[in-house]
Amino acid sequence: MVERTPILNILTHLILLTGLIMLLVPLWIVFVASTHDFRTVNTVPMTLWPGNQMIENYTLAWNQSGFGPKMLNSFIVAIGVTAGKIAIAAISAYSIVYFNYRFRSLFFWMIFVTLMLPLEVRIVPTYAVAANVLRPYQELLDLVGLTSLVNTVAGIRLALPEWSMLNSYTGLILPLIATATGTFLYRQFYLTVPDELAEAAKMDGAGPLRFFWDVLLPLSKTNMAALGTIMFVYAWNQYLWPLLIVTDIANYGTAVMQLQRIVPGPLFGEPPRWHIAMAGTLMVMTPPLLVVIFMQRWFVRGLVSTDK
Amino acid sequence: MTGKRVTFSNTWLAGLLIAPQLILVFTFFYWPAGEALYWSFTLEPPFGGENQWVGWQNFKTVFEDPLYWNSVRISVIFALSSTVLAMGIALVLAVFVDRRLPGYQAYRFMYFWPYAVAAPAVGLAFRFIFAPDAGFVSALNQWYPGIWNPARNGVDAVILITLANAWSMVAYNFIFFLAGLQSIPRTLTEAAAMDGSGVLRRIADIQFPLLAPTFFFLVVINLTDSFVNSFGIVDITTAGGPARATDLMVYKIYSDGFKGKDYSLAAAQSLVLMLLVISLTFIQFRFVERRVHYS
Repeated sequence: MVERTPILNILTHLILLTGLIMLLVPLWIVFVASTHDFRTVNTVPMTLWPGNQMIENYTLAWNQSGFGPKMLNSFIVAIGVTAGKIAIAAISAYSIVYFNYRFRSLFFWMIFVTLMLPLEVRIVPTYAVAANVLRPYQELLDLVGLTSLVNTVAGIRLALPEWSMLNSYTGLILPLIATATGTFLYRQFYLTVPDELAEAAKMDGAGPLRFFWDVLLPLSKTNMAALGTIMFVYAWNQYLWPLLIVTDIANYGTAVMQLQRIVPGPLFGEPPRWHIAMAGTLMVMTPPLLVVIFMQRWFVRGLVSTDK
Repeated sequence: MTGKRVTFSNTWLAGLLIAPQLILVFTFFYWPAGEALYWSFTLEPPFGGENQWVGWQNFKTVFEDPLYWNSVRISVIFALSSTVLAMGIALVLAVFVDRRLPGYQAYRFMYFWPYAVAAPAVGLAFRFIFAPDAGFVSALNQWYPGIWNPARNGVDAVILITLANAWSMVAYNFIFFLAGLQSIPRTLTEAAAMDGSGVLRRIADIQFPLLAPTFFFLVVINLTDSFVNSFGIVDITTAGGPARATDLMVYKIYSDGFKGKDYSLAAAQSLVLMLLVISLTFIQFRFVERRVHYS
């Protein structure tokens, strides 16, 4: 600004540098540890300079934990969740903003209130639902008396089939797709779109779907990128949910889940192979890190404008 | 709600467009939340059959359990200290980055990175860095044997998970503080500078007061996050130990529900946590003015 403050400037740089060290040193240590052999990584005090075992460690970590299919699963889940969230946010907000019907505020609030129900507070029953997804509907049918009605009239027991989402991509993706923040973000965006656009589209004879697809969606590209980056990071980093519903780890395990299995230590009576564990950690954290680094602008905008 | 002047009138289509999300929300949010409520007031008979209504008994069991209060106490300590730590560091960094001295873009760029790291990965990294017999902090033990051991000492374990959690939250706070600072009109600070107030004076008298809404918003978010999203870090670093020293509320729900198979007790605890989250969110909506920044 206007004044000269040489001492304060030096102090500022010192503080910023300290902050940088605090925030990046853990990542550096993970990297350094992943490049040494067993003996060096367990030496105290540890060296802060990379060694030459990098390729061996990463190859071993990759092969030993079967990271190939797990990374692939993580990508499938992360992309599925991201695409699903964007799609569902775009259409629900479209319905709420561009159509005039009685329950639209109620619906909006129903979606919005889910912010107060994070997975962790409803974890056991959500797991139970995933084990048999149609059970809520069966119980609803029973509750309103439809089941007994059909039973007396037609003599058939009205039973919905069992549908378990455990050990499936559907189970990893579908329960995470509902999005209050995404819907809110899209609603805010639609409200800033000038009314004249819809008017013009109507005058030209475009129906609601045509208007949505040809006008609104292309306009919302910025929104999409912002939402997409934060949701990709969110979905890739999921841990508790996959841990619960995946028991068939060979086929459906995700990369982040695998971290639990590479924790070294006397706990499992094996030598602390930290170099392999750190190689695994670094591999798991890389994809979302790259997304944040390369999509920085969209990422920040998405984070700030959704305000959770 | 502020709607559009121009709307479409096809109600069927409107219903069809919003139905998928409503179905998901009902199936995976409202139904399980309702079920948690039902389970917390009922007990499953040991030999099968319908759940039996037991009133407040599950809650009584939970509240009379010293282990539960232990986990509440630890969760509160954990949430408060990681919030203070993460927000304090983020605020200082944001204020100084906002001075825009040469090179500030580089700092701003790299401060974001920790946000991308998954909680269990943070946990594993910190477990290594703070391991008593290897890694970075173990040098302390060489200098003074036995001073640091999170696997044995409960206080050390709490410090470890708090540091890990704070580290992973600094980036988020930083982004919001910086956005808040950047939304303060430049003319305001320039005018103050013209009037002769120095950098620190401007920070204290202009930037901090104007950051108040952001600050309050972040307090709520950080607390909620520490109460709710701490599972990944705890599970990898300490698994609730040693001797339940890091048995956070979320972790206890998980271990009672899935390892102990006691759904009713887990449901009662979930409900307490749910009330906590709801009240925090409510405070946020009630008292925090929503401010959207367009950068």
